[in-house]
Amino acid sequence: MSALDVASIRADFPILKRTVRNDRRLVYLDSGATSQKPYQVLDAERNFYENHNAAVHRGAHQLAEEATDAFEHSRANIADFIGARADDLVFTKNATEAINLVSYAFLNATLKATRNLPLPDGAERFVLNVGDEILVTEMEHHANLIPWQELCDKTGATLRWIGLTDEGRLDLSDTSLFTSKTKMVALTHQSNLLGTVNDIGRIVIAAKAVGALVLLDACQSVPHMPVDVSKLGVDFLTWSGHKMLGPLGIGCLWGRTELLAAMPPFITGGSMIETVSMQGSTFAAPPKRFEAGVPMAAQAVGLSRAVDYLRELGMENVAAHEHELTVAAIAGLQGIEGVRIIGPTDATDRGSAVSFVLDGLHSHDVGQVLDENGIAVRVGHHCAWPVCRRYEVPATTRATFYIYNDLTDVTALVDGVHAAKKFFGV
Amino acid sequence: MYQEIILDHYKHPHGKGLSSEFASEVHHVNPTCGDEITLRVQVLADGKIAVSYDNQGCSISQASASIMYDQINNFDFAAGDKAVEHLIAMLQRNVEPDEDILGDGIALVGVAQYPARVKCALLAWMAWKDAAIQAGAIEEQS
Repeated sequence: MSALDVASIRADFPILKRTVRNDRRLVYLDSGATSQKPYQVLDAERNFYENHNAAVHRGAHQLAEEATDAFEHSRANIADFIGARADDLVFTKNATEAINLVSYAFLNATLKATRNLPLPDGAERFVLNVGDEILVTEMEHHANLIPWQELCDKTGATLRWIGLTDEGRLDLSDTSLFTSKTKMVALTHQSNLLGTVNDIGRIVIAAKAVGALVLLDACQSVPHMPVDVSKLGVDFLTWSGHKMLGPLGIGCLWGRTELLAAMPPFITGGSMIETVSMQGSTFAAPPKRFEAGVPMAAQAVGLSRAVDYLRELGMENVAAHEHELTVAAIAGLQGIEGVRIIGPTDATDRGSAVSFVLDGLHSHDVGQVLDENGIAVRVGHHCAWPVCRRYEVPATTRATFYIYNDLTDVTALVDGVHAAKKFFGV
Repeated sequence: MYQEIILDHYKHPHGKGLSSEFASEVHHVNPTCGDEITLRVQVLADGKIAVSYDNQGCSISQASASIMYDQINNFDFAAGDKAVEHLIAMLQRNVEPDEDILGDGIALVGVAQYPARVKCALLAWMAWKDAAIQAGAIEEQS
C-alpha cells in the first residue's frame, strides 16, 4: 500500500495528461533532472504576475510592497521547510550558482587578504593558503566538483577526494583524508547517478574534528526526504527549486549565520550594497549581500507553494513511496539478463535514482527505445563523469522516481528494457 | 530511425581498427552522452586520404562511422568534404538524401527527427574533416 494517493496527485500535474511519440501515455522517469509542476505552483506564479508584480525591495508604491512581502514570506516558508531561519537562506539562480557562491567566497577572501583589503569579521576562515586542502568525493555532480577544482587551481590549494566502493558507497576507510589542512568538505547528500544516500553524520564528525567546514549538495535529498539543517550538523546546504515541483530559475543556499556574515560577496551590483561612493562601497548583511540585481520573486512564490504541496503530502510519506518504487525497479531490472545496476542494489540508505547498463547496448539506444514507448529517462554520464569512469562504463541509463510515479511506471520501464533487448538482439 | 541497414553497420562495422601509418590523429567526443572516436588519416601521394578509426558509443555513432569508412575512405578532401556537407544538410532537413553521395548514409535521414542524436551521426564525419585538415589534405589536393 503506497504512502501516497498517486491518482489524486497525478490529477494536479497537467503535463501528465499529454501523450508523447505516437499517442503513448507519458511515463516520466526523469525527475532527477527536473520535476514536473502541479497546477498549484503554476497558479501561484501566475497570480504573482497578474496581481502583485513589481521589483522587490525597491519603490514606494503598493505593488512593490506586496511583491516584497510575497518574496520575503516565501523565503521564510522555504527556510522553515529545512528547519532554518529566513535570514540564513539566500536565493540563487540555481544550485550550481549556490555552490559557486561559496567557492567564490573562498577565492574572494583569499584575493582580498593577499592585498590587505578589508574583509568581514571572521573571513579568515575563507582565506586559503598554498597547501590547504578541499575534500570532495568521487560521486559528485560536476556542479560540486568543478567549482572546487577551479578554486584549487587559482589558490594553490589541493583537491582531495573520497573514493567509492564497488557497491557504490563512499569508501571511508582512509581517515587520513581529513587533515588539519582540510578547510572544506563538499559532498552530495544523495548521488544523482548512483542513488547512494551518504552518512552525513559520520562526515560531519570527521570534518569537525579537523576544523573543516561542510557543504552538502542537497539537490537530490531536499525534494525526496525530510531534511532538517538544525539536525544535520553541516555548515552549508545547497539545492534547486525545479527538482522539487518549483519553477526553473531559483536555487537555494542555506548557511550558518556567522559564516554568511563572514563571507565577501560573489556577484556584485544593485541591492547588495550598504553605502556606495565613487571611492568604494560597503555591503549589506546576508542574505541581501548575495542577491545582487532584481531577484526572482515569482519563482520564489512558486517554490514556496511547492514547499506547501510537499509539506501537505509529508516528506516521510514521499520518501516511503519512492522507496517502494526503488525496491520494485531494482528487482525488476535485475531480473533482466544483461542488466547491471550501477549503484547500491540494497535499497537501504538509497534514494530513487536507479542507473543501469545493458550489455552490448549503449544507453542512448536504450533511451531511444524507451522514448518510443513513451518512457522519459536520462541517458549519458549525468554530469557525473568521474562516476562513470570509476565503474568503467561510458554512460548509463537512469530512471528517477517521484510522487506522481507508481508501480505501473516501474513495469513500463522493465517492459521497455525488454523491448530494447529484443529490438537490438542483445 | 533504426533501419535494418543501420543495425547491420552497428553489429558488423566496416574498417574499424586503427592503422599504424598516419599523418594526423584526432579524438572526438560527444560530451552529452560519451560517444568517442579516435580517427587517423594518411594523405597519399595522389591527394587521396586513407582513414582508419576506433570508436565506442551508441548504434547511430558506430553505424555512421562504418558508413563514413565505406563512403569516403581514399577520397580526396574535396570529394570527402562534399559528402560531409551533404550529410549535415540532410540532417538539418535542407536537402533530399542523395544515395550517390552518401551510399548507406541515406539511411541516417531518420536521425533528423531526433535533434539530440544528430551529433551522434556526425561524430565520425567531423572527426574525418578535422584530421584531414590537420594532415594538410587541403593543400595536397590534386
